[in-house]
Amino acid sequence: MSPIPTAPLSARIQPAATPPELLRNFCIIAHIDHGKSTLADRMLQLTGVVDERAARAQYLDRMDIERERGITIKSQAVRMPWAVADPDGVDVPYALNMIDTPGHVDFTYEVSRSLAACEGAVLLVDAAQGIEAQTLANLYLAMENELAIIPVLNKIDLPAAQPEKYAEEIAGLVGGDPADVLKVSGKTGAGVTELLDRIVDVVPAPVGDADAPARAMIFDSVYDTYRGVVTYVRVVDGNLNPREKIVMMSTRATHELLEIGVTSPEPIRTKGLGVGEVGYLITGVKDVRQSKVGDTVTNAAKPAEIALGGYSDPKPMVFSGLYPIDGSDYPVLRDALDKLKLNDAALNYEPETSVALGFGFRVGFLGLLHLEIVRERLEREFDLALISTAPNVVYDVTLEDGTIVTVTNPSEFPGGKIKEVREPMVKATVLAPSEFIGAIMELCQTKRGTLGGMDYLSEERVEMRYTLPLAEIVFDFFDQLKSRTRGYASLDYETSGDQVADLVKVDILLQGEQVDAFSAIVHKDKAYSYGVMMTGKLKELIPRQQFEVPIQAAVGARVIARETIRAIRKDVLAKCYGGDISRKRKLLEKQKEGKKRMKTIGRVDVPQEAFIAALTSEAAGSSGGKDAKDAKKR
Amino acid sequence: MSPALPDGEPVPDDGALPAWVGGSGAPRTDRRFGVYLHVPFCSVRCGYCDFNTYTAAELGGGASQAAYAETALREIDLADRVLRTAGLPPREVSTVFVGGGTPTLLPADDLARMLDGVRTTWGLAHDAEVTTEANPDSVTPATLHRLAEAGFTRVSFGMQSAVPHVLATLERTHDPRRIPDVVSWARDAGLAVSLDLIYGTPGESVEDWRTSLETALATSVDHVSAYALVVEPGTRMAAQVRRGELALPSDDDQAVKYELADELLTAAGLGWYEVSNWARTPADRCRHNLAYWRGDDWWGVGPGAHSYVSAHASVPQGEPQDVPLEVPDAKPDAMPDEAPVGVRWWNVKHPRRYASLLESGHSPAAGREQLTADEGHLERVMLGVRLREGLDLRLLTPQGRRAVAGLVASGLLDGRAAVTGRAVLTLRGRLLADTVVRDLTDA
Repeated sequence: MSPIPTAPLSARIQPAATPPELLRNFCIIAHIDHGKSTLADRMLQLTGVVDERAARAQYLDRMDIERERGITIKSQAVRMPWAVADPDGVDVPYALNMIDTPGHVDFTYEVSRSLAACEGAVLLVDAAQGIEAQTLANLYLAMENELAIIPVLNKIDLPAAQPEKYAEEIAGLVGGDPADVLKVSGKTGAGVTELLDRIVDVVPAPVGDADAPARAMIFDSVYDTYRGVVTYVRVVDGNLNPREKIVMMSTRATHELLEIGVTSPEPIRTKGLGVGEVGYLITGVKDVRQSKVGDTVTNAAKPAEIALGGYSDPKPMVFSGLYPIDGSDYPVLRDALDKLKLNDAALNYEPETSVALGFGFRVGFLGLLHLEIVRERLEREFDLALISTAPNVVYDVTLEDGTIVTVTNPSEFPGGKIKEVREPMVKATVLAPSEFIGAIMELCQTKRGTLGGMDYLSEERVEMRYTLPLAEIVFDFFDQLKSRTRGYASLDYETSGDQVADLVKVDILLQGEQVDAFSAIVHKDKAYSYGVMMTGKLKELIPRQQFEVPIQAAVGARVIARETIRAIRKDVLAKCYGGDISRKRKLLEKQKEGKKRMKTIGRVDVPQEAFIAALTSEAAGSSGGKDAKDAKKR
Repeated sequence: MSPALPDGEPVPDDGALPAWVGGSGAPRTDRRFGVYLHVPFCSVRCGYCDFNTYTAAELGGGASQAAYAETALREIDLADRVLRTAGLPPREVSTVFVGGGTPTLLPADDLARMLDGVRTTWGLAHDAEVTTEANPDSVTPATLHRLAEAGFTRVSFGMQSAVPHVLATLERTHDPRRIPDVVSWARDAGLAVSLDLIYGTPGESVEDWRTSLETALATSVDHVSAYALVVEPGTRMAAQVRRGELALPSDDDQAVKYELADELLTAAGLGWYEVSNWARTPADRCRHNLAYWRGDDWWGVGPGAHSYVSAHASVPQGEPQDVPLEVPDAKPDAMPDEAPVGVRWWNVKHPRRYASLLESGHSPAAGREQLTADEGHLERVMLGVRLREGLDLRLLTPQGRRAVAGLVASGLLDGRAAVTGRAVLTLRGRLLADTVVRDLTDA
């Protein structure tokens, strides 16, 4: 028999008319590069949803950036038919909803909402690499949500695969027998049929009250140029139907349901969605903020009284100033951010002016990957050349008089009497071969971390749990972790309250004038090294002027580091005869062109390139970007 | 002539000048006209040199060296034809400068033939200045007499330094002890004398430089040029610096040496009249070089040589207080911005290609640029400000004039001269002339 349901069988699993017991909602938890998208493609083929020729590689990853980087940023859901013989040998059709999940720490909230839409999760692990920290974190999240876990080792076709070793590791984590861990290859298709059967067998059918007022949870919301916002929902109770009015329970906003349907994998309009079903809604809104992930959708005529739990507003954790390198691009940047915002509920920004960098925006992000993705989309899709200031976290500063100031830009750090400064903390999980325990402990200690616990996943691999200031992670933690563990360690973290810390603002002054873009909030013990590093770097980057220029690093009025750019003594070309004139004039034209791009701080002319170089070199700004990239590659 | 030719537009095969040269914006006939004759030969190429010059070996036999004067005469013929065709009436030549290379590597008779070619083609002004560069190695009393007979009035010796280890680094082969002799031979022959010096050579101490200056001044020479060594890309010296064998000259060191030069030369009675040039009296100044800085017309003969024809009037010579101000010529309302204000062209670099083009009746020009009003203005400020006589402030744009006060305040422009309407560099300003030019030409 074919596992693809025949026409009569398919009739029993039509959208809006599928009994919950024939539905299976599941997601795949996997680390980047562990083959989730390839496996998903293989499932689409085997269930007949996509034929082999039409299958684009990694069908589910829509955006270019996702495809290029092999990562999934936005989740989606695909409905697939599958038939399994019952104990009597009679084929029973099922509708499987595969909900794709984002794979990175920055999107933990979105992951949690995707998990909440499922009854089961496929834990997919590369048979050559073993489980990674972020996967582990998502696995714990799934287990807390009481999802049925199906452990699967992927890439068993690889020569480097060690399925036995990692089966044991996984069995240790989820409980059960290593022999029950499925071994598949998304690439060759081996074991995927068995996996689909296992999903039907193990994942519980959804349970809900078909007669209750409709309640559906939004687990994703995507802006589409042609259709407006497409909202992906999982119906918990009741049902949603075309043309009726719906209400977003967090905002009480009412919308008309213009279209409702399922994705398989192209959108298909349906007569509605019933209990346990997964599909999409279109209401004509143009901004994903009107259709928030985690919110509950109900029927306006017969509204539910209590929203589904777990909703929260996305909260930016990391801030960075984004400035166009060409000042005249400011309106383009503004329009571009406005456009990205339509599709990114977590993105928020405010105009900001910097003495050094001109007009730009202070932008809040969920984390470093989010920052990197937004920046890259701005550069790529809107052809903008941008400079971003070193990422920083949010500080709550309490003044002596009890006033609390929230600081998202170091240059706004209040002067004067400060009672205390609170900084956000994270709980971090590091997975690494046990030989690196010492190196990791040393690193976490210098990053002001506190060890919370340590467990061996296997004889060679260890899980270490730390509490660390988020600010230390956004600085250069990930680069350091990678280099100290030869690339073997993986990192995951989640926010975990805040702490009072001995933090100071270090200002950089050029001939006595503060250069706002270089102010940083650092721990008191690190102020000196930051000051020395930044003054040294600027000394190399700023051209000599007609006069001596002191570069100072200061905490309040106290100078902690100083460099001096000596005055330029000579710039003239000594010889200038007939044959030199054209060349010399062109040189001057070039210098004049360069001078136009200079920013003047006080009397000091600084080429924009100097600011950019100072902000993007090793120790400063871009380390955040690299963190994110590395994180995705692992 | 520097090695890399500028980017430019092509020149017609016959070397014809742009049509505007003979049109309404034509150069005035009272513009002075100079001729530069390039001699692209040296017996040895010095490691720092990026001029367009070749040793006999580089040219594979050196046959062209013997035929060079003949080839140069062909270009003089062509020059005459091109200028006439453009509608410019013939003008007497006010200055001739033979440079190189090592012009004195050619027999004095060859140099004389080339000068005769200039004389018979255009005529030499009665007070014409006729200079040749010379290597202290390659002259004798007899050759110097022959040159004077032929009409040369001035000789500029490439002394560079009086210190043997400095000359060795520069790969100069002459014996510094010859300098007093060659200067007196030239004087005996009736020639005015200039000495060229280079400062800032790797390994040269301030005391070494003082020795060179004092040695030059001990000859009672009336003109000195002192140039900061520039390590040009592509030279052997640049490779030595790259390999770490030589230290790159530092601007600070060169500034100190410039100040020392100005101090010693001034004390000896030689006043600066251009950033790198000092002369005992106005009559001792090099009028040919002044013509470059003042924007006169000149024809450069020889491989890699540049030529220039301007649409502007000449800047009259004389002391600043005697110079009538040329308001109509000021850039803002001189002429529409699109109209070119001058044309500069340059010949192909290699002597063989140069010779074969001329032999086949073609212009040896490799490319040219027609200067826009902005470019012409920048050149005028860039060159004019190098001179002791300075620049008439009324030639500046309003923005440029506004920069004057700041430049006086920073000690780069002379305050008293500014009050009388001229931009004149201070000693500090001479070293930072690029800054001054940038500020004076700010748009």
